Amino acid sequence: MKTQYARRSEATAAGTLLPSATPLQLIDADGHPGDNPGSLRLPGPDVLVELHRRMVLGRRFDSQSTALAKQGRLAVYPSSRGQDACQVGAALALRRQDWLFPTYRDSMAVLTRGVPAEETLTLLRGDWHCGYDPVQYRVAPQCTPLATNTLHAVGLGYAATLKNEDQVALALLGDGATSEGDTHEALNFAGVWKAPVVFLVQNNGYAISVPLAKQTAAPTLAAKGIGYGIPSLLIDGNDAAAVYAAVRAGVSRAAAGEGPTLIEAITYRVEAHTNADDASRYRASAEVSEWLSRDPIARLEAYLRGAGLLDDASAARLAAEAERLAEDVRQRMNADVSVDPAELFEHVYARPTAALERQRAELLAELSELEEPAL
Amino acid sequence: MTRVMSTDSPDKSAAAAEAKPVTMAAALNQALADSLAADERVVVFGEDVGTLGGVFRVTDGLAGRFGERRVFDTPLAEAGIVGTAIGMAMNGLVPVVEMQFDAFGYPAFEQVTSHLAKLHNRTRGRLALPVVIRVPFGGGIGGVEHHSDSSEAYYTHTPGLRVVTPGTPADAYLLLRQAIACPDPVLFFEPKRRYWSRETVVLSTDGPPIDRAVVRRPGRDVTLIAYGGMVATAMEAASEAVSEGWDVEVIDLRSLSPFDEETVAASVRRTGRAVIVHEAAGFGGYGAEVAARLTERCFHYLEAPILRVTGFDIPYPPPHLERFHLPNTDRILDAIARLQWEDEDRG
Repeated sequence: MKTQYARRSEATAAGTLLPSATPLQLIDADGHPGDNPGSLRLPGPDVLVELHRRMVLGRRFDSQSTALAKQGRLAVYPSSRGQDACQVGAALALRRQDWLFPTYRDSMAVLTRGVPAEETLTLLRGDWHCGYDPVQYRVAPQCTPLATNTLHAVGLGYAATLKNEDQVALALLGDGATSEGDTHEALNFAGVWKAPVVFLVQNNGYAISVPLAKQTAAPTLAAKGIGYGIPSLLIDGNDAAAVYAAVRAGVSRAAAGEGPTLIEAITYRVEAHTNADDASRYRASAEVSEWLSRDPIARLEAYLRGAGLLDDASAARLAAEAERLAEDVRQRMNADVSVDPAELFEHVYARPTAALERQRAELLAELSELEEPAL
Repeated sequence: MTRVMSTDSPDKSAAAAEAKPVTMAAALNQALADSLAADERVVVFGEDVGTLGGVFRVTDGLAGRFGERRVFDTPLAEAGIVGTAIGMAMNGLVPVVEMQFDAFGYPAFEQVTSHLAKLHNRTRGRLALPVVIRVPFGGGIGGVEHHSDSSEAYYTHTPGLRVVTPGTPADAYLLLRQAIACPDPVLFFEPKRRYWSRETVVLSTDGPPIDRAVVRRPGRDVTLIAYGGMVATAMEAASEAVSEGWDVEVIDLRSLSPFDEETVAASVRRTGRAVIVHEAAGFGGYGAEVAARLTERCFHYLEAPILRVTGFDIPYPPPHLERFHLPNTDRILDAIARLQWEDEDRG
C-alpha cells in the first residue's frame, strides 16, 4: 500500500495544480491587452465580436427581465448583470454536444446557449416546469438548490466517458455554493473519476448578503482545486475573452480525457440578489460604482473599436437588435399565461397513478362547479 | 443503446430450471446480474459494491463479471452517489446505486427529494430518471446505532418516488427486476434481517406488476398488512393464530408508494378487521396512512378499529435491547385479540 501512496503523490505534483496568485486577464478594464494572460490565448476576431454581441443582447434581456419582475410580470428575477462576461463567455465556449448546468442566476447563459427567451423565463415567470427541453438544448433545468447541479454535471460527464462519447459538462456555481457539501463531493468525484467536467465558480463577492470573507478562509476559491487533484485557474471574470479561453481550455482538457478543471472567475453582481432584495443593507454604493467602471461590455467594446472590429454603424445595428429582443420579451411576458391545473398531475410519474388520477378528477370537478353559471 | 427487458434469455433458462433453495441476498444478486446482462444501460455503483461485492454481498461477483465500467466503487459520499446517478440518468444510463445502510442514506436526502423525485415533473416529462436506490433497511441483525433504521416513510411522503420492498427471496428478484425496468425513480428497501432467509423457488420475472400488493395467505377473519421484514413475522403470527381460532389473511404490500388500495381494501371488506405491522416508529408512520385510507374506503365494513403494531417512538435501540422494540408474533396476536371479537357471535 505504501508504494501506491507514494506513486499517487508523485503523479499529482502540487505545483501543476495551483492557480496563479492574481487573476489571469486577456483584455484589461480599459480595453488594452491584459498583462497577466498566463496560459490563456486570445480568441480570434470572430469570437471576440460574437462575445460582445451576445453580451449586449444578454444585458438587454437581463435589464428587461428585471423591469418585468418589478412590474409583477415575473414572479422573481435574479439578475446576472455585471456577470455578463462569465455568462456569455462560458456558454459560447461549449461545443454543440456539451451540456450546461445553470443555476437560477444564469439566465443569460441559458439564453446564449440558444434557449428562446420566453422558455428561459418560464420558471421565473411562475410556472411549474423549467420551460425548455433540456435534451434539445443540452441545458439542464436552472437549479435552485445550491451546488446540487455540480453533481449532476459530474454524473452526466462520467456517463459520456462510460459510453465512449465525446461530451463535456459545464457546471455553473457561485461563491456561496462552494461552501455546500455537494460542491466538495462533486469536485472529489470528478477528480477520482477524471470526469469530463468544467466547474466555473462565478465569484461575485456575495451570497445574497454574506461576503466572501465569511464564506471561506481559503486564499482563493480556485486554490481549493488542489485538494481534489484538479488543476485550477483564477481569472478576471469581467474579461469575456479570458472566460471564453479558460472554459474552452477546460473543455479541451476534458475532451482529451485529462479530467476536470476548476475555474474561479472574479466578477460582481451589480443588481441586488433578486428584485425582492435590498443590497444597500450590506454593501456600499461606492463599491458598486467601482465595479461599474470595470464593466465587461465596455472593455470589450473599447478593445474591438481599437482593433477596428466594431464601429458606430455596427454598434447601432447591435443596439437595435437588442431593442428588438427586449420588445419581443416584453410582448411575450405581457401576454396572459394560460395555465392548466390538470397538468400538475401529469408528469409526477411516467404515468399518473390511480390516486393521482382520482385527485385530478376531484380538482376538475371542483373547477367545473365553480364555472357553472349562478342561477 | 436500446433497452432489452423482461423475459429474455436469462429468464427463459431459469424457467426451464428446477426450483432451488435461494437466499434473498442471492436472489437480489441474480436480479442485478440479469438486469446488467439484459440492458447495457444499467450501471451498478456505490460504496464497497465493486471489489468487495457489498457489505451484505448483494453485488458479489458483479464487478468481475461485468467489468469496472458497469459495476464500480465510489468515494464515500451518499449525496455524491445519488447526485451523479441523476446526471448519468440524464445521459441515458440506468443507475442502480446502494446506500450501504438505511441511516447512511440521509446525506443524499436533498438529491432524492429535491431532484430525483422532481426532475421528470419540472421538465414536463422530458427527462426520465430511471434510477434505483437500494437501501438495506430495518433491524433484527444486532446492528449498532444508525444501522437499523426504517426510513421508508420519509420517501413515501415524497411525490414522484416509487417505494417498494420485498418480503420473500422470489419477490426480491421480481421486484428488483421491475424496479430497474421502471421509468420512475425507485427507492428499493431490502429487509436486511431477511437477506439470509431461504425459499425454494425458480426466480422469474413472471408475477404481479410492481405496484400491486399480494395476498400471501388467504384468510377470512382478519387482514394482517405487512411489508419487507415483517412479512415473515406476519406469516408466523397467522400460523400461530390458527390455534386461537382466527383465520388470518396476510397481505404483503410490496409497493408502499403507490399504495395498492384496491387489493388491500378488497381484503378488509371481506374480513372486516385489519392490523398493520411495521418496524418503523408508529407516530406519523406508514401504517397511519394505510389505516386512514382503509377507514375512508371501508368504514362500513369494519367490525373494529384498525390497529397498528409498530416499533416504539424511540430511536432504534442497541443490539441488546432491540428485541423489546421489534414487532413480534406475540404483539401481533395481542392486537388481533383486541379487535372486539366479543361483539361477534363466532362459531
